[in-house]
Order: sequence, then structure tokens, then C-alpha cells
Amino acid sequence: MTGTDIAVRVRGVAKSFGGTRILDDITIDFKKGSVHALVGENGAGKSSVGKIVGGYYSADEGTVEVFGQPVTRFSPRDALGLGIAMIHQELQLVPELTVLENVFLGLESNTRGFLCKGDLDRFHALEETCDFGLNPDTRIADMRIAERQKVEIMRAIARDAQVIIMDEPTSSLTEDEADRLHQLIGRLKARDVTVIYVSHFLDHIIANCDRVTVMRDGKVVRTDEMAGETKQSLVDSMLGEASEIIWPKLPAAPARHIARVVQMENVATETGLRDISLQVRPGEIVGLIGLVGSGRSEVARALFGADRISEGTYSIMGVQQDSRLSVTRAVAQGIALVPEDRRKQGLVLTQVTRPNVSLASLGSIASFGFINKTRERERTQRMIEHFGIVPAMVDGEVAFYSGGNQQKVLLSKWAVEKPRLLILDEPSRGVDIGARQRIHEFIVEMAADGVAVLLISSELEEVINLSHRGYLMDDGRIFAEANCRTLTVEDALNRIFREQGSAPRNKEVTQL
Amino acid sequence: MSTAQTNTRSNRMSVGDFAREYGVLVIIGVLLIGLSLISENFLTARNLLNILNQSAPLAIIACALTLVIIGGGFDLSTGAIFGVASVSAGWIAINVDPYLAIFAGPLIGLLLGAVNGIIITGFGVHSFLVTLATSLVYRGIAILVTDGSLIPVRIAEFSWLGRGRIGMVNIAVIVLLAFMVIFMILLNRTTFGRRVYAVGGNEEAAILSGIRTNLVKIMTFSLCGMAAGLAGVIAVSRISMAEPQAGTGMEFEAIAAVILGGTSIMGGAGAVWRSVAGVLLMALINNGFNILNVNPFFKDLTTGVIIVIAVALAASGSRRR
Repeated sequence: MTGTDIAVRVRGVAKSFGGTRILDDITIDFKKGSVHALVGENGAGKSSVGKIVGGYYSADEGTVEVFGQPVTRFSPRDALGLGIAMIHQELQLVPELTVLENVFLGLESNTRGFLCKGDLDRFHALEETCDFGLNPDTRIADMRIAERQKVEIMRAIARDAQVIIMDEPTSSLTEDEADRLHQLIGRLKARDVTVIYVSHFLDHIIANCDRVTVMRDGKVVRTDEMAGETKQSLVDSMLGEASEIIWPKLPAAPARHIARVVQMENVATETGLRDISLQVRPGEIVGLIGLVGSGRSEVARALFGADRISEGTYSIMGVQQDSRLSVTRAVAQGIALVPEDRRKQGLVLTQVTRPNVSLASLGSIASFGFINKTRERERTQRMIEHFGIVPAMVDGEVAFYSGGNQQKVLLSKWAVEKPRLLILDEPSRGVDIGARQRIHEFIVEMAADGVAVLLISSELEEVINLSHRGYLMDDGRIFAEANCRTLTVEDALNRIFREQGSAPRNKEVTQL
Repeated sequence: MSTAQTNTRSNRMSVGDFAREYGVLVIIGVLLIGLSLISENFLTARNLLNILNQSAPLAIIACALTLVIIGGGFDLSTGAIFGVASVSAGWIAINVDPYLAIFAGPLIGLLLGAVNGIIITGFGVHSFLVTLATSLVYRGIAILVTDGSLIPVRIAEFSWLGRGRIGMVNIAVIVLLAFMVIFMILLNRTTFGRRVYAVGGNEEAAILSGIRTNLVKIMTFSLCGMAAGLAGVIAVSRISMAEPQAGTGMEFEAIAAVILGGTSIMGGAGAVWRSVAGVLLMALINNGFNILNVNPFFKDLTTGVIIVIAVALAASGSRRR
């Protein structure tokens, strides 16, 4: 192997944060024009390797070479100068600007500093490579996460990046969008671009990557060609011992006649939902099965009182709700929502674990408005033990926790006081296998405890395996109900695609 | 693993959070020692109490403003509310009843603050713009009340608040201390305080936790108005004169003190006692200049430089988001 074959050479790199060694003796060669996967549990250090190559972190020890040039200065700007671009888990776009302005941010067509025409032509040229079907004039703030990610990728390609690091690129994409991303990666590869692909989705990795580095506890376990790897072989290396992906056993479904916790009849909203009829009983886990943009999160928001219901009826515990329904009222009636974006919508990162856990149930630990801190500590401690939150500190800085532990803190907020209906929107997105398992167990525990659960996930396998019943959604409508004990992922997908083929479109949605 | 994480935290604490948490106290300590060495008149109970007494109105505003800023808001109308409360209290003290005047000032402030909060949440306009506008309106009201003239208020039943003492200690200082303690308790021990932190730290998360964020904001602005009203009454009672232009520029001094105390302008983090420390720091600089007889031109300059340093230190240590 000669030096010119290697795009990025990482040798003996170590990185510590305040005494914690997060990377230790990392040695990886990323070959030019290859798609190289980094896999491992959350906290294994795979994102950190990406951030070192991308210039976001500087290495404490060891060397990084890019196309034979040793890297001396670490900054995203310097990395970009060397042809390395990083696409983040947390996307970095300017929300108030349009797609076009974001793609060419910093490289606008100009004459001596004055903007001039030409960006649009360049954008269309880029679209030929990318084929994302994005409207250049849409404001980023009006786009969904999946769309924003495409903009990030276009931005990297517009900068003629030779190495693109993608951190969890498919975590918010539908299967179909992920396929399109993978086709794009194929085209990039044909142009000799190197892709460093950090992901939890082993299926995607196995199908699309040439090589793989498995990491555990900040160390490289092994680097191999992808040929011959299986999901199980990767998982075994990640965990260090043989283990299986197991779904927890569901409690028995409640009888049909049991009173419903929530019931919607022919509900429509201004957010694009129409003709939504659903019901959830105590002890039942109900899945919303659909692709991104099918209206799953909107149903959650309507149930939670966050969006106004314009037509139809909605009742909680048999009590019909009126237009005064608000989040505060919904919470007071026992509805809980674990939102999709835990950092933006779920946690107060300026605060430590304890107040985050208490936030939704302050009333029950206070008398006359004064918080009983002893009780609060006890409760938080109980939750930390219940979920196995690490670090196990009542006053831990949540802002610095790993994704899985942040998610567990967020779940604690609704677990300290049993809600009547627990709505979970993407509960295991971006968390490691261990945390994911724990979260799945938690969902089942809640149902066994008599809580009605509504589950939303982009991973169809997850929704179907964890639900008693499911509603199939497309285009803001529920078009079918299914028994999840007999439904398969293939069935579900086929039915969704058939529905999309037959039904007239309600509004402009992502082209499939 | 958990011990390693503890290390991470204590290390972070030692760099930025320390500067943010105790930086203002360190500077105060340095100033106290320095001024005591330079002048023997400085470190006397009388001088120190005097400094506290003079800063009491500003410190009271800073306490309540801390809540507004932690809640993610901003209040530029405290100076104007101070003015309205001053002239209203003066007028009531003369024409109605001096004791009533003492209660009327904070009450009027509370109402004006509530108006701020209702406009901000009702129309969804940024608090910076709303309070900038209402400060002009309130100042106009203050001028209308008095026709632009001064109201002398020489009534013993009224001036005890600003001038009286219990033993050696000024009543205004006692009011300030009580006010500070109440606000510390409010912020740290009550559900309301917790909600203020949540609203400023992540409003979306607070909404999705069932918190009535608009109500929380209205309450912070009302309390801030109430504090400005109380401060106005103390000032009038002290100088026995109500003037419509009283408190001009005070809103900026209060904001400076809160920032100096390390409360995050982004919201979600901060503490009441540190804002009071911020006020004291500015007062000490002032006092030092008087004692040393230095050209007062350097006073603002020095205060400004210290604010910049304090803010820069706090920013370098807090990359939370």
C-alpha cells in the first residue's frame, strides 16, 4: 500500500477531555475513494475520530496525515482547506437563509465583494450530481431535519471536498431517502471522494461501505474489508462478546372493552392531518407506522395539545376536549410527550440532571410553591438507578452526557410520575445499543404498569416489534390499522408504497 | 467511569465556571484590600454601610432584573418605571397619605411591569423592543404626572424609608437585604424559580413539560417592575424630591451589574446574589475614585473595562451549547 492510496492516515492518536481519555492509540488508514465505516456503541469514540479528522478536535498525541501532508493545525476551516468536510449529527446551517444561500455560504459568486448572479446555475449543476430535488429558495427554518441534511451534503460537495465525514447521516432519513443518500455516496466514490461514514445503522453500513473500523471504549478493535461481515459479527466486536439483538417481550394486550385513554374521531389539523381516528387503551403500545413526513409527529403534537384541532373530536379519559386544550392542560390530564429532538425540545441543557428530571412534575414535590429538595434528590437518584444513567450524579451536567444518557434523563422526566398516555417520538434515535435496549425495556415496563403508549420511530423494525397494534400512516392520514404481532417490516413498507401509488396527494411531499 | 466523569466536571469548573461563579467576588476582594491599603478612611463601617446604602435602589432592581434575564428576557424600562414610581409616590405622599405612597410605588411598578410582560407574550415581540418602547411611554407618563416640574416631599412619615436607621444600619440597607434574600429563595427554592430557569434555558422544552411559559415571563417582568417601583420610592424618600427624570440611565447600570455578576445574557443560568455583588463592585469603583480623587472621566472607563473582562472570562469558560 503506497502513501498515495491513502486519503487520511491516522497514527496513534489519543484525545482526553479533562482527565477522561476518550480516544486511545487510534490508528486507521482511510483509503482514497473508499467508503469507510466507523461503528461502535455511543461513547466508543467513533464520532470523536470523525471530529479529529474534521478538525473539530485537536489530537493530544499521534499524527494525522491528509494526502501525505501532516496536519499541524486543527480547525474546521483548516480541514476544509485540505478538502475535508464534516456533516454533523447536529446540523450546522443558518436557519434564516435559503437553501441556495446556505449551500454557497462563504463562496457566493461575487465581483470584488458584490454579490452577482451565477449561484443558481451552480446550484443546478450541483443538483445534477446530488439529485435531491431541493428548492433553492426554501428557507432552512421551514425544512424538516431530513431535508436539512441534504443541504449540508450539498454544501460539502460545493466546496469540492475530497473527504466527507458523515456523522449519523441516515438517522433522520426514511429508508427511501437513505437509499438515495447511498446512491449519492456511490457517485461520490466514483469521483474518487473518500467517505468516512459514522453510523449506528448496521444494515446501511454493511450494504454501502467498503471497509469498516469497529471501535470500543475509545480504542480500535479491528479494521477490515466489509466483505464477509454480518450484523452479528459487527455487533459482537462492538460489544466485545457475543450477543443478540433481542426485543423485550410485550405484556398481554388489554381487552377490547377496556376504557380508552385517548380517542380521536375524524380529526383534522392545520398542520396537514386529516381524518385521523385512533384510540389507545391503558397497557397498550400503539405504533404509528409511516415514513418521515407522513404526519406521525403531527399526530403526537395534536394529542399533546401543541397543535390546534380544527375538525373532529378528541377525548382524554372519556372527557371531550375543546379548543382551550393546551399543552399545560394535556399534561395536567396525564399526557406526556418525549419529543424527537432531545437537545432542542427536551432538555434544559443549562441545568443539571435534577431539575431536568423534575421539570414536568414540580407540583408533586412542592408544597406552597417551595420545592422539597430532599425528596427531589431521592426521586432523581431513584431514576438514575432505574435507568442506569452514567455519570450517576444527581447534579450531573446533562449538557456533557452522551446521547443515550441524555435520552434516559429525558425519559426520567416522564417516568417519575406515571403518565396516562406516554407518547415517544423517536425514543432511540442516536443512542448506543445498551441504552437502546434499556429504553425498549422501559417502554414495555410502562405498558405493563398500565400506561398507554404511543410509539413513533423511523425504524419500522422498532415500532413493529414493540407495539401491539399499529396505525399505518401516509400523507397526513391513517389509512389502515394492523396487528403488529403478525405484521412484518416488508408488509408494512409494501402497504405504504401501494397507498402512495394509489391515493391522490394531499400536499407536496418529498418525492419518493 | 463515573469517577472519570467527575474529574471532567471538576476540571471544567476550575477554568470557566469558577470565573463565572466567583470572578466578581475576587475582583471585589482585590478592590477591598487595595482601597483599604491606600486609604484609611475606606475600611470603616460607616463608609461601607454608606456604599451599601447608596447602592440599595440599584441593587434592588438588579435582583429582580436577574430573574428577567435568567428567564431569557431583557428589561430596558426599569429606569422609566423608577421615574413613574418616584413622581407618583411623591404626589400621593403629599396629596393623599405618605404610608400609602410607600406601597403605591411598588404597586404601580408591578402594574407597568405586567403591561410589559403582557405585550411581550401577547404579541410575541422581543422584550428588548417592547421595553425600549414602553420606557419612552412610561417616561412620558412621569413627565405628564408632574407637568415636568419637581415635587418636594418633606414629610417625616415618608422619608424614614430612605433616611432612617435602626442602630447604625440604614433602613434602606435592611430593605435591600430582605429583598435579596426573598429573591434568592424565590429563584432557588420554589417551583416558580425552577420554571424561570427552564423558560430561559429551553423554552420549547418548558412548553412541552406543561409549563405556562407566558405566565412565567409576565411574572418576571411584573416583579422587575415592582422592584423598580420600590427603588424609586426609596430614592424619593431619601432626597425628599420627586423628579420625572429620576432613574434615567439606571436600566443600563442594572443590566451591567447583572452581567458583571455572571448571569448569562442568553438566559437559563445566573444567580441573584451575584447581581448584588455586581452592583457593589460598581459602587466600590465609584467610591475608590472619590477617595483617591482621580479624574472622574476614568471612572466609567474603568467600569466598562472591568465589565468587558468579566464577560470575556465568563464566555471563555462556558461553551455549553
